[in-house]
Amino acid sequence: MMSDLFKILPEAVIGAVDLIATFLFMYGLKRMSSPVTAPSGIKVAGVGMAVAILASFLYAFDIGATAKPFLLLNLGLAVLAIAIGGGLAWWAGRTVAMTAMPQMVAIYNGLGGGAAAAIAAFELFGDKADGVTQLVFSLLGALIGAVSFSGSVIAWAKLDEVLKKPLRFPGQQIFNGLVAIATLAVGGYIVAVSRGTITSPVAMPVLIYIFFGATLLFGILMTLPIGGADMPVVISIYNALTGLAVSLDGFVLENPALMIAGMVVGAAGTLLTLLMAKAMNRSVSNILFSNFGTVVEQKQGAIKGSLKPVEASDAGIFMRYASSLIVVPGYGLAAAQAQGKLYEFVKLLQAAGVSVKFAIHPVAGRMPGQMDVLLAEAGVPYDMIFQLEDINDDFANTDVALVIGANDVVNPAARTEKTSPIYGMPILNADKAKKVYVIKRGQGKGYAGIVNALFYGDNCNMVYGDAAAVLTKMIEAVRALGTKAAA
Amino acid sequence: MQFSIAISGFVALYIYMLAAFAGWVIVGHVPAILHTPLMSGSNFVHGIVVVGGIFALLNASTVREQAIGFLAILLGAGNVSGGFAVTDRMLAMFQPSQPKPVHASNEASQSGKA
Repeated sequence: MMSDLFKILPEAVIGAVDLIATFLFMYGLKRMSSPVTAPSGIKVAGVGMAVAILASFLYAFDIGATAKPFLLLNLGLAVLAIAIGGGLAWWAGRTVAMTAMPQMVAIYNGLGGGAAAAIAAFELFGDKADGVTQLVFSLLGALIGAVSFSGSVIAWAKLDEVLKKPLRFPGQQIFNGLVAIATLAVGGYIVAVSRGTITSPVAMPVLIYIFFGATLLFGILMTLPIGGADMPVVISIYNALTGLAVSLDGFVLENPALMIAGMVVGAAGTLLTLLMAKAMNRSVSNILFSNFGTVVEQKQGAIKGSLKPVEASDAGIFMRYASSLIVVPGYGLAAAQAQGKLYEFVKLLQAAGVSVKFAIHPVAGRMPGQMDVLLAEAGVPYDMIFQLEDINDDFANTDVALVIGANDVVNPAARTEKTSPIYGMPILNADKAKKVYVIKRGQGKGYAGIVNALFYGDNCNMVYGDAAAVLTKMIEAVRALGTKAAA
Repeated sequence: MQFSIAISGFVALYIYMLAAFAGWVIVGHVPAILHTPLMSGSNFVHGIVVVGGIFALLNASTVREQAIGFLAILLGAGNVSGGFAVTDRMLAMFQPSQPKPVHASNEASQSGKA
C-alpha cells in the first residue's frame, strides 16, 4: 500500500505539473505576441520551465530495477549537468553583446537539438523502443535533432565569422543528396535488424554510431554552402526542427508536455520561416539548395549618375534643418555598434523640431526583427519604429531618408530589374524621399552582390565611414550649431 | 486510480495536430518587431527537452547510458538557461515612448511582482 502510494503520487504530481507547465508555455508565447505584454511572456514561460524541471526529479520514485543501485550517483550527475550547462549558458547569454544575439540563438538552438538527439540515442542504445512506431520515432528524433545540432553549430560559426566563406564544390548537391539517402538507408536497416527481418553482421551499437555520424555529417554539409545573408532563415528552420525532434522524443517517452511544447515550436518556427522567406521573395528550397551569391555576376542595366560623397558634418547639418526624417538601419549599424550614437543624434534632431521615424525592413540585419531589438537597446521607443508596409508611402512626403549600413533592402532594382536576383522583393522606398543620405563603410556591394541604383540617384549623397564615427561627427556638427545659436 | 500516461497511435496524432495548430495561430499574430524575441522565446520553450534528459539519466544503468543522459541534460540545460537569458534581455528593452503616469506606475508594480 505504502509502496503503491510512493509510485502513484509522484506520477500524479508530474502529470499535473507538466499540464500546468504546458499551459504556461502557450500562454507565455501568446503574451510575447505584443510588445506591451512580451516582457512578462518570457517570465511566464520561465515559471513553467522551472516547475517542470523540478517535478521531473520525481521520476526517481519510479525507475527500473537495474537503475536503482545508481540512483544517488545519477541524481548527483543530473544536478551537476544542470549546474554546468545552465551556468555556462546563463553567463554567456548575459554577457554577450546585443549584436551577437543571432549567433547566440543559433547555438542555444543547437544545444536543444543535441539534447533531443541524445535522448533518442538513449532509447536506441537501450533498445527501449516499444514497437516499431516508437523505434521509427526515436530514429526520426535522432536524425532531426542531430542535423539541427550540427547545422546550428555551423550557422553559429558563420554568424560569428569563425567561418568566413560559404564552402562550395562541384556536385555538392548530388553529394549531399547521397549522404542523405545513405543516412536514411542506415536508419531503415536499423529498423529491419531490430525487427529480426535481417541479421546484421555488424553489432547494433555500431550501426547506431554510424547512423549518428551520418546525420551529424549531413547537418554540416547542408549548412556549409549557405551564405551568411540567408542564416536567419536557416536558424529559423533549425529552430522548427529542434521543436519537432523534441516532440518526437515526447512520444517515445510518453510525455505530452514534450510532445505539445515541441510541436508548438515546430509549427511556430515553420510559419516564421515562411514569413521570412516571403519577405526576401524567395522560396525556402531556393535558400537551402541554390548557391545564392555565386551566380550574381550578371549583366545589369546601365546605371546613370555617379556616387557623390559628402562630409558627415554637412549631412548632419542638412538634416538638422529638415522638417522630417526617416532612418533606415541595416546590418552596418549593428556591425558598428552605433545604435546608441544613432539615437543620440535622433534626439538632437527631435529637440530641433525634426520629426523622426525609423523604417525597418523585414529582413534588415541578420535576423528578422534584429534592428528592432538593437534600436530598443539604444532606448528608441517602439512607437517610433515602423514596419515596411506601414511607412513605405511616407517616403514620398519626407525631406530626408537616412540609410545606415543597409543596401539590398533599399535597392530600387527590386522593383524594375527583372534579371536582378532580388527582383520582386519588397523594398523600402528610400529613393522616393526628397533627399537621401547613405552612410556606408565603402563602395562595396550588399550581400546580394548587386550595384545599388539608389546610390547613383540625383537626390542621393554618400557619407563614407564607419557608422559610429560618422554619427559622432554629425552629432558634433549639430551640437556646434546649437551653441552658436545660443551665443 | 491510474495516473500514468499512455499515448498510442491516433491520440498522439490528435495531440500533434492541435499543438501544431496552436503554434501556427500564436505566431500568426506576432508583429515583425517581435520576430527575433519570439524565435528566441520559442527556442527557450523547446528547452523542455531537458526533462527528457533527466528521465533518461535517472533510468541509466550503464556507463554509456549515464554518459548519454549527462550529455542530454548538459545540452538541454544550456538551451533553457541561455534561451531565457537572451530572450529576457531582448524583451526588457521594449519600452513605449513618454509613458503616461498611470501606465508607468502600473508597469512598475508589474515588474516588482516579477
